[in-house]
Amino acid sequence: METNLPVDYLPILIQFFVAAGFVVTTMVLTHLVGPKRDSKNKLESFECGIESVGNARNPFSIKYFLTAILFVLFDVEVIFMYPWAVNFRELGIFGFVEMLIFMTFLLVGFFYVIKRKALDWE
Amino acid sequence: MDFTFLIDKTILVAIIFAISLGIAAYSTYFERKFAGFFQDRIGPDRAGPFGILQPIADGVKLVMKEEIIPAGANPFLFIAGPSLSMLTACMTTAVLPWGSYLEIGGRKIPLQVADVNIGILYVFGVVSLGVYGLMIGGWASNNKFSLLGAIRAASQNISYEIAMGLSIIALVMMSGTLSIGTIVEQQQNSYWYVVLQPLGFLIFLICSFAETNRTPFDLPECEAELVGGYHTEYSSMKLGFYLFAEYTNMFVSSAVMSALYFGGYSVPFISALHLDQNLVAIIGTLAFFGKILFFIFFFMWVRWTIPRFRYDQLMKLGWQILIPLSIINIVLTGIFILVFDK
Repeated sequence: METNLPVDYLPILIQFFVAAGFVVTTMVLTHLVGPKRDSKNKLESFECGIESVGNARNPFSIKYFLTAILFVLFDVEVIFMYPWAVNFRELGIFGFVEMLIFMTFLLVGFFYVIKRKALDWE
Repeated sequence: MDFTFLIDKTILVAIIFAISLGIAAYSTYFERKFAGFFQDRIGPDRAGPFGILQPIADGVKLVMKEEIIPAGANPFLFIAGPSLSMLTACMTTAVLPWGSYLEIGGRKIPLQVADVNIGILYVFGVVSLGVYGLMIGGWASNNKFSLLGAIRAASQNISYEIAMGLSIIALVMMSGTLSIGTIVEQQQNSYWYVVLQPLGFLIFLICSFAETNRTPFDLPECEAELVGGYHTEYSSMKLGFYLFAEYTNMFVSSAVMSALYFGGYSVPFISALHLDQNLVAIIGTLAFFGKILFFIFFFMWVRWTIPRFRYDQLMKLGWQILIPLSIINIVLTGIFILVFDK
């Protein structure tokens, strides 16, 4: 039974309300039940027992940013492939060759990224 | 749509929700019990007979503990992080088929909350939202260990998501649909997809270890370098939610693996016995949970067998080995379908 009506998604909404209800109830409950004895030292951020220095909102390695940018590119490619994969049998050999060409372009870019050492973490 | 439809679905949602939370809670107990077994110790045995009440004791303890929000943290995001983690972990179960259908009073009740025809995409969408929970929580803590843990988690999860998506594409090429319910039905009368897609399954399995931040990919919280990783500053039930979400995710990815590659609720040759439909549905559901529990055990088994990766090895495996391998898998699958299936 494959239909695609908005009503098919209604149970997901029910599940969302159940899950959100559970999360909010537990959060409120733990807030009300737990003891509250704050002190200045207790509220300092943890740094292995020594006094914490500065703020954690520091610059960090550019590698993480590069990974995220590359992820966006490649994930869009992956999404392009889903409609093709669903209709693979109908498209037959024509669709397969088209996708091989697409993948070759993708792999040329991928090869370039590896050669430029964008993914090396040494 | 009528009123009984809504009631059916609400009851089903409540049951599945309770079962998934129950299994997640008890996997913490069995994780410790198995850890004890693998290391020749006893494991938890104080709360109740054989320590069977341990998860309840842990849960009550976490709720009763003091809630600390560090002075430098952003309070709203600090609370939003674990809540989002838990919420996304609970949402994925909506599109999984837990059994075929029951016949009660002449009505067919499918044991699936929502059989939407984009099931696989829904699972991916919700799973990738989960990374926001870790990222927001780790950043909001305003702690250097948390920040490092959070960006590690984010970059690891997104890296393995590509290989995971590509490994599923080969499966979708064979099934021709994105509905998980239909994929399970196809496997009832044919081979399980693990037979047709062994390489795809292996890639999917490795990626689900990385997505759930389990050993050997638990770098976001590797205690030797980062104290507790992204949840260093967390206490009380907010910490509990992060840990609970991890175990719920483990349950969910075990369920997705069993449904996509191991036939879900299908039991081989059961149609030859000509049993009553309700009995078949119940046996199928039990078989599905058996498969899920096996995979949860597998997660724990691997944890005590394989040491942790180094971060550069982790990124190298994800980008330079798994992605090319899954593209090769897609090409091989294409050739296989075109040659043998015409």
